[in-house]
Amino acid sequence: MTSLSNSLSADAEPQPVTMAVGGEVSDFFALLKPRVMVLVIFTALVGMAVSNVHIQPVVGTISLLMIAVGAGASGCLNMWWDADIDAVMTRTAKRPIPDGRIQPGEALAFGIVLSVGSVLVLGLASNWLAAGLLAFTIVFYAVFYSMWLKRATPQNIVIGGAAGALPPIIGQAVVTGSVGIESIVLFLIIFIWTPPHFWALALIKSGEYAKAGIPMMPNVAGPQSTRRQIIYYSLVLFPVGLAPVFLGFGGLLYGLTALLGGLGMLAFSVHVFRNREGEAERKAALGMFGFSILYLFLLFSALLAEHSLGLLRTVIA
Amino acid sequence: MSGLQNNPQPRPLTPEEAQRRRKRSLAIAAVLFTLVAIFYVLTIAKLGPQVLNRPL
Repeated sequence: MTSLSNSLSADAEPQPVTMAVGGEVSDFFALLKPRVMVLVIFTALVGMAVSNVHIQPVVGTISLLMIAVGAGASGCLNMWWDADIDAVMTRTAKRPIPDGRIQPGEALAFGIVLSVGSVLVLGLASNWLAAGLLAFTIVFYAVFYSMWLKRATPQNIVIGGAAGALPPIIGQAVVTGSVGIESIVLFLIIFIWTPPHFWALALIKSGEYAKAGIPMMPNVAGPQSTRRQIIYYSLVLFPVGLAPVFLGFGGLLYGLTALLGGLGMLAFSVHVFRNREGEAERKAALGMFGFSILYLFLLFSALLAEHSLGLLRTVIA
Repeated sequence: MSGLQNNPQPRPLTPEEAQRRRKRSLAIAAVLFTLVAIFYVLTIAKLGPQVLNRPL
């Protein structure tokens, strides 16, 4: 040791150490996938609203915030794990980790702290069933989906879609302390909506997914099979979307929205099936992707309006 | 001792890096303050006005 120290002091000037100084605050915020957080807040809020149980507003707001933070934390852990494939795909290459603005270790620590913190605060604010469901959602998305399903099977987003579908169930658990048929139906709507929504995008991004080695449905089963499956899922989504009407927690406004929206999803899926080449294929897939977002937003907005503004006029007595 | 003396010194932060670090520190402070506020408000909300109505 002494000889090494002596040789160092004799031969070399101390060199500056390159420190990891970390990214901007906005980079850490970007790790949370803010747009997904907004969707989670919205769907969890609808899960609360359809329960028709009063909740102390402060408790409700803090619970919603914690559900959003938990979802953001799982998104952060997903970005930490997927940094290698994010770097390969154009759509994700500018994310903070592949772009070098945040070190992977920083993202991992950030994700774990937020995961644990959000679950604990949700448990203290509402109840431990809701907290347990949030913990399950985080583990399901960050571990089960990101670390295994995504790279293992073309059914990745079908099964993984359950994580994105759980917030209404957590929302209902927050206000009632239990899970009822209303939130299970909302879970099913999002769960069945997810494959046609993502596969529409995967059809036009199949080259990128192939480059990253992700077995998305168009890469494994082929575009034609994917287009057929988009129609099948849209067919199943149609009656499931109308289920709240038959179960009595969706009224006239919701019923009309689900009817027209369901027909729209079917029309777009047939449009995607018929347009298989070049720019027409791209436009049809993008149209399906965009409309699917509008469909879900309108469906949940109608439920929220009916339950929070007293607009519920049941169709089925 | 000689080992300590020969340890490479950390590179001084550039003004931009120092500013980023300052912003992160402020964000952490804001999050901690929010947590304190959440626990305070939550406690009051859960206990409610009945907290004052108890036998002494």
